[in-house]
Amino acid sequence: MGHLIPPSIMPYVLPVLYAVVIVAVLPLLAGYIVLMERKVMADMQARLGPMRVGPHGLLQPIADAVKLLLKEDIIPDKADRLMFWFAPLVSVTMALLAYSALAIGPAFQIADLNIGLLFILAVSSLGIYGIVLGGWASNSHYSLLGALRSAAQLVSYETAAGLGLISVLLLAGSLSMKDIVQAQSDQGVWFGFSVPFGFFIYLVGSIAETNRAPCDLPEAESELVAGYMTEYSGFRWSLYFLAEYANMIIVAGIATTLFLGGWLRPGARYHEHIPGTGIEWLDALPALLTLGVALYSLKLAPQQPVKIQKIVMGLVAVLCLGIAGILAGALFAPAGVMQGIHGAFWFMAKVFAYIYAFLWIRFTFPRYRFDQLMRLGWRFLIPLALVNVIGVGVAIVLRQQFAWGPIVSLIPTTLATLGVAMLLAKDDAPVSEAQTADGE
Amino acid sequence: MNDERTTKTISGMDSVDTTVLGADEIILNMGPQHPSTHGVLRVKLKLDGERVAGSECIIGYLHRGVEKIAEHRSYQQFAPYVDRMDYVAAVSNGLGYCEAVEKLLGTEAPPRARVVRTILTELQRIASHLLWLGTHALDIGALTPVFYCFREREEILKIFEKYCGARLTTHAFRIGGLQYETYDGFEEDTKRFCNDFAHKIDEYETLLTENRIWVGRTKGVGILNAADAIALGVTGPVLRASGVKWDLRKAQPYAAYDQYEFDIPTRETGDTYDRYVVRMEEMRQSRRICLQAVENIPTGPIMARIGKVLKPPPGEVYHSIEAPKGELGYYIVSDGTTQPYRVRVRPPSFINLQAFDKMAKGSLIADVVAIIGTIDIVLGEVDR
Repeated sequence: MGHLIPPSIMPYVLPVLYAVVIVAVLPLLAGYIVLMERKVMADMQARLGPMRVGPHGLLQPIADAVKLLLKEDIIPDKADRLMFWFAPLVSVTMALLAYSALAIGPAFQIADLNIGLLFILAVSSLGIYGIVLGGWASNSHYSLLGALRSAAQLVSYETAAGLGLISVLLLAGSLSMKDIVQAQSDQGVWFGFSVPFGFFIYLVGSIAETNRAPCDLPEAESELVAGYMTEYSGFRWSLYFLAEYANMIIVAGIATTLFLGGWLRPGARYHEHIPGTGIEWLDALPALLTLGVALYSLKLAPQQPVKIQKIVMGLVAVLCLGIAGILAGALFAPAGVMQGIHGAFWFMAKVFAYIYAFLWIRFTFPRYRFDQLMRLGWRFLIPLALVNVIGVGVAIVLRQQFAWGPIVSLIPTTLATLGVAMLLAKDDAPVSEAQTADGE
Repeated sequence: MNDERTTKTISGMDSVDTTVLGADEIILNMGPQHPSTHGVLRVKLKLDGERVAGSECIIGYLHRGVEKIAEHRSYQQFAPYVDRMDYVAAVSNGLGYCEAVEKLLGTEAPPRARVVRTILTELQRIASHLLWLGTHALDIGALTPVFYCFREREEILKIFEKYCGARLTTHAFRIGGLQYETYDGFEEDTKRFCNDFAHKIDEYETLLTENRIWVGRTKGVGILNAADAIALGVTGPVLRASGVKWDLRKAQPYAAYDQYEFDIPTRETGDTYDRYVVRMEEMRQSRRICLQAVENIPTGPIMARIGKVLKPPPGEVYHSIEAPKGELGYYIVSDGTTQPYRVRVRPPSFINLQAFDKMAKGSLIADVVAIIGTIDIVLGEVDR
């Protein structure tokens, strides 16, 4: 096949292929994250969630997508038509663009930019224009208030989250996603453990940035109906929705790369082999896990009430079996292939764990009020992040001067940040200023 | 403009003219179609940024002329209509109406009927408070408590269903007593519910009471001091949270409340958090009343001898009970015929809603939904 493609464009073939895969798969993935969200929510709320479309609601995202595509496209009379049309596109384009620098496993990355992280942050924060423009173009009070909230929130939390990331950049010494993961591999510890406060700040910041509860003020359902999306319906609305979930995967991907070891396998230093083979137990884990899921689906298949659901459940089992086969087969493939496939598995597993944390938080906490959210950002997270960054700088000096280990050198930093956090939290006691404050 | 004339307007004490706007102010019509106005309440907000500079509640979208209907129904025929006012506390509405007519007739329900009425009304209070808690938490953004609350409310509705066949608009009582004997296992069902419910309340409190966000969203929000509360005629948990210990179950005992021990929870500040605490405690007290009452239900008839056709002597009567939302009063005028000459209802939601403007002034939009939730209104009762 190599001779069919001129060598001059050869370097572009794989990236383009990856890009096509991402654009094709992401909407589906977003749909299934919605399903996951509904199932997790149902589980926490003592109910079942979607059960009708497909076995255990497995085809619900597809039904939803079809419904949204077929809905009437409504543009309000007094809306700015051009902007109304343009705004969701901005949101979704920026969300998709950010994937170009995300490294899903060591092999699967469209472009390994040396400013990768900076690029992702810059592009994904441009998505805010979609929200602000959409809120303004709708010509509705709810939309406008949602858009304004969104702008203020993003500015505040981008700062905090960015400072949270800087602590990792100091440790890794690079902005390239691959180098950051490599640094965690070299130092033998995931940065989430060496700078837990950086991780915490980024977790809170990323919830606020992606407009998820308890920081979902721009779309606060019980206050602003649907915030900036109030006037949107059908496909345009689903574009916003896609952008939101795409952004969720992005922030989860950043957190995974920077704090959770990216595609590195948990227990990297544990090398126990399966007796009689050259395969490590932990390397066999992905295949065994998917095999377990496949067997479970197979067991559930005959229990489905309708024949078609039995078939779909069986297909799910076959799909899982196939993935298990690929993961198992990779064990015997050359090291590069094996790391690519298993890296992608671990990366996605961590991304989903992070998203699960998002959902867990969403269904547990009430929503912040606007002024409280701002106070949390400016008076708690940003000072804390600054202290944390300075502490990491000190730790690096300690490491260089006294040759302390990568974990030991950061313990004083963590303790100092913890102290500051407690001090700030005490200062930030939940007393309302609603009756006295002047609006900011 | 047309609907301005056909709907009623309640203005608070320092109502702000919402037609005159400052340079930075906008008008936001919250409702009548809005997820958190608990029905078809329309709140006209004058906003300076996110801050509420003035508000006006516009009501009447659910007006069905209940009081007028009463003038064309016999006393018994009207009884089911009152269930449709505060439709989340139908049993309490029925109790108030039946007792008012009994007072007009100069009769009383037999002891057994009164105890059963007390049990069912207290269960209804728990159910009503559960619905309030779930929706209030939902308004403030906590998505999960509502499902836990509905889970327990379902148990209460099952007891209602087994007792009288209906779950929501029960028409559980009749003038003069009860239509139905309690079913076999009524006592056990009630006891089982009450025993389980004790740690269910703790479960809700784990999610909310000490949650920083919840406290931040409710403490100091929508403060109503005791003097204002009394001046505005506010009753029920809203009044008690402002520090006024006034509960008709103690002050003017009716049904069988004089036989049981229970406390009246009060708080001092009168903010949204205090109202939350008061209602949570009220659920515990209701449970206590139920447990005491169900231990010892007297035997005997369940219906007073009042005859099939009710013709109260000419005269008038006012009778009020402590409904879950406050003082629910019925003022009935009889002209000696089978139909009331006039029925006037004092709905707690309607009168408590007057305090809205007072509470909302100077707060943020997010607080507005918290305040609507904390007053605990049901538009069916506000508009009647």
